Amino acid sequence: MSTPRVISRGATTSSELDSDYKWGFTIDIETDLAPKGLSEDIVRLISDKKEEPEWMLEWRLKAFRHWVKLDQEEPKWAQIHHPPIDFQDIHYYAAPGSKKGGPKSLDEVDPEILEAFEKLGIPLAEREKLAGVAVDAVIDSVSVATTYQETLEKAGIIFCPISEAIKNHPDLVKKYMGSVVPYTDNFYATLNSAVFSDGSFVYIPKGVRCPIELMTYFRINQADSGQFERTLIIADEGSYVSYLEGCTAPARKKSQLHAAVVELITMDDAEIKYSTLQNWFPGDKDGNGGVYNFVTKRGKALGRNSKISWTQVETGSAITWKYPSVILQGDNSVGEFYSVALVNNHQQADTGTKMIHIGKNTKSTIMAKGISAGKASSTYRGLVKIMPSAEGARNFTQCDSLLIGDQCGAHTVPYIEVRNPTAQIEHEASTSKVSDDEVFYCQQRGISVEDAHFMIINGFCRSIFQELPFEFAMEASQLLKVSLEGAVG
Amino acid sequence: MAGKDQTNGEPILSVRNLHVNVGDQEILKGINLTVNAGEVHAIMGPNGSGKSTLANVLAGKPEYIVTAGEMVYKGQDLSRMAPELRAREGLFLAFQYPVELPGVRAWQFLKAAVDALRVHQGQEEMSAREFDQMLKEKVALVEIDPDLVRRSVNEGFSGGEKKRNEILQMAVLQPTLALLDETDSGLDIDALRIVANGINQLRNPSNAMVLVTHYQRILDYITPDYVHVLLDGLIVRTGGADLALELEAKGYDWIKETAGAGA
Ligand SMILES: Nc1ncnc2c1ncn2[C@@H]1O[C@H](COP(=O)(O)OP(=O)(O)OP(=O)(O)O)[C@@H](O)[C@H]1O
Ligand SMILES: [Mg+2]
Repeated sequence: MSTPRVISRGATTSSELDSDYKWGFTIDIETDLAPKGLSEDIVRLISDKKEEPEWMLEWRLKAFRHWVKLDQEEPKWAQIHHPPIDFQDIHYYAAPGSKKGGPKSLDEVDPEILEAFEKLGIPLAEREKLAGVAVDAVIDSVSVATTYQETLEKAGIIFCPISEAIKNHPDLVKKYMGSVVPYTDNFYATLNSAVFSDGSFVYIPKGVRCPIELMTYFRINQADSGQFERTLIIADEGSYVSYLEGCTAPARKKSQLHAAVVELITMDDAEIKYSTLQNWFPGDKDGNGGVYNFVTKRGKALGRNSKISWTQVETGSAITWKYPSVILQGDNSVGEFYSVALVNNHQQADTGTKMIHIGKNTKSTIMAKGISAGKASSTYRGLVKIMPSAEGARNFTQCDSLLIGDQCGAHTVPYIEVRNPTAQIEHEASTSKVSDDEVFYCQQRGISVEDAHFMIINGFCRSIFQELPFEFAMEASQLLKVSLEGAVG
Repeated sequence: MAGKDQTNGEPILSVRNLHVNVGDQEILKGINLTVNAGEVHAIMGPNGSGKSTLANVLAGKPEYIVTAGEMVYKGQDLSRMAPELRAREGLFLAFQYPVELPGVRAWQFLKAAVDALRVHQGQEEMSAREFDQMLKEKVALVEIDPDLVRRSVNEGFSGGEKKRNEILQMAVLQPTLALLDETDSGLDIDALRIVANGINQLRNPSNAMVLVTHYQRILDYITPDYVHVLLDGLIVRTGGADLALELEAKGYDWIKETAGAGA
C-alpha cells in the first residue's frame, strides 16, 4: 500500500489560545452565518439553505418540537462536569462562502479552504489527493469537497454529503435515517435531528467490496458555532466498507459544541468497519476552551452473519460523551468495539459502548483502554444486554486503565443484563500504572524516560491500534505522543 | 593466578569505598573494585549479600542511594550520569529479573535501543533493512527462537528465554562493560553452553564483563581473571579462577570464619 498523509502535519498560524495543539489555526474565509439561537425559524432556515424537500423539513421540525419538550434536560448520568450550555448562544448554521448548498466541484472550492486542508495533511486537489482514500471534507456545516467520485461511481458506491443524498437518494435516506437512532433517542440526538447541517452518506451495493477506504474529515472553523453532522452508512447484502473519520478544530477560548449522530446498517453477510481518530481541540492546560463532544453513534447489524466494528482513538475534546453501540439483530451477527481514550490536563471522557444482543448466536467483543494523565478523569461505561431471543449469545469484555501520575482518575462502570440463560459473558478489568521498573529497564537500554513512557503506552494500546488501517495506526500513535507531551518525563 | 598476566588493559571501571543505602538501610559498606579492559570478573556470595545492589547502583537504579565513595567509568563520575546516558556510554546490565513490557515488541524495543545508542554517537538511526539483517545474525549467534523477537518483551517468556533475551540484547548493543546478574541461573545445560558461548564470542580486549553468579559451572566455560566474594556488603576475598572451585567445595562458612582476619 502507498503511504499517504498524516493528519498531524498541520502548522500553527493564528490561534486564540496559547496551546500546544498543532491544529489550532483558524481559516480566514467568508462565512455564511445564521444568527445565534435556536427556533423553528432557524430550523426552517437551515432546511431552506440546503434546498431540502418538504419531508426532511417536517422531520426536522418534529425533532425540534420534541427537543423543546425536553426543556433543556441534558443527560445527567455521565461522569462529566461543565458549566450549563446556553443553547441560544450558538450559531446553528455556518457555511464557508456564500454559495447556496456548497460548491459543486473542486474548481469552485475557495483556495483558502484547499490550503487549510492541505495544512491538515488532507490534500483535496485531484493531482495530490490521498492514494487509496476517498475523502469528504466538511467545514463547519458544509461538505466542501469529495474526492475519488469516479472510482466509486463505477463500483455503484454512493459516497456524498448527506445534504446531496437527501436530494438525490431520498428513498434510501427516508427509509434509514432515524431507523437506528430515532430523533427521540436522547437530548443531543434530538438536537442533531433538528439542526444537522452536513455529514456523509454511504451506500455500498450488494456484493461490492469497497476498493478504497472512505474518509470524512471534519473541521470546525467558525467561532461560537456548533457542529452537528449526521452520517448514514448502509452496507447492502454481502458488501464491505472501511470508513475513517478524523476531526480537528481551532484553539478557541470558548468551548464549542459538537453533537453528531452516526447510523450504520448492515444487511445479510455485510460488514462495516468504522474507525475514528478524534482530535478536537482539548482546551488549554488550565481547562479553558475545548470542544464538547457529545456524540451518538450506533450500528444495527440487521442481516444474518453481518458485522459492525467500531474502532476509536479519542485524544481530543474537553469533554467526550460517546458510546458507539451495536444492535445485534441478525442471527450470527457480530459487534466489536475497540477503543483507546486518552485524557490529559483537565480533559474528561465518559465513553464506552452498548451491545444489544437480539439474534441467535450473536457475538460481541469489547476492548476498551483508558489512559489518564494530568488532572484528567476517564470513565468506561458499557452495557451488554442479552435479550430473551438471543439464544447462544456471547460477549467478551476487557477494560484496562493506565494511570500516569497520581492526580488523574479512571473508572469502570460495566452493566450486564442477561435475559437468556444460554448466554456466555466474560468480563476482565485492570488498572495499572507505568511502573518504575519498566521505565528503568528501558533506560538501561539507552531509551529516555519520555520515550520509555510512549513505548509502554503504545504497547498498552497495541491490541487496539492493530484494528486500525495501517496509516491510521501510525497516526494514532503519533497523536498519543503529541497529546501526552509534558505529562511524562 | 589464572589470567593474571592479561590484566594490563585500560581501566574501565573503578569503584572506591562505595557505600549504598536503600531507604535507611546500608546495603553496601565500602566496596572497592577495579575492572580493566579485557578482563572478566566473577562476583560470588550468599543470597542477600549485595551483589544485585552493586550491579543496580552501577546502572543507576533510582532507589539505590550512594552515601559515600565513588564510581568512575571510562574516566567519568557515574553518579552524575542519568541511567540512559550510562547505557549509551556502553554500560549494560543483564537483569537478574528481566522486566516484561506488555505490547512492546522485542524487536521494536531493540531498535529503539540501537537508535538511542547511534544518535548518542552522532550517527544516523539504523535503517530497517540493516537492523533486520543485524538482528537475524545475533539471533543466530545466541541461538534463540526467532519468534521471540516478534513477541512482547519478556511477556510470557520462560525463565531461560528471558535470560537468553538479555544476552541477545547484549549481543546487539555490544557494551564496553557488561554486568551479568545471575544470567546463568535457571538455564538448562544446553542453554548454559549457548549463553556462555555467546558471552565468549563477545569478549574482546577492549571490553570487560562482571559475572554475578552462584555457580562454578558457568566458570567452566568462561574463565574469569578474578573471583570476588561479597559478604554482607563487603568484598571479603579476591582470588583467581581457582577460588570459585574452592567455594564450590567448601561453601561460604569457611570464608565467613576467616573474613574477619582476611578482609
Ligand atoms: N529495592 C530494595 N528494597 C529493599 N531492600 C532491598 C532492595 N534491594 C535490595 N535490598 C536488600 O538488600 C540486600 C541485598 O540484596 P541484593 O539483591 O543486592 O542481594 P544479592 O546478593 O543479589 O542476593 P541474591 O543472591 O539472592 O540475588 C537484601 O537484604 C535485600 O533485601
Ligand atoms: Mg541478586
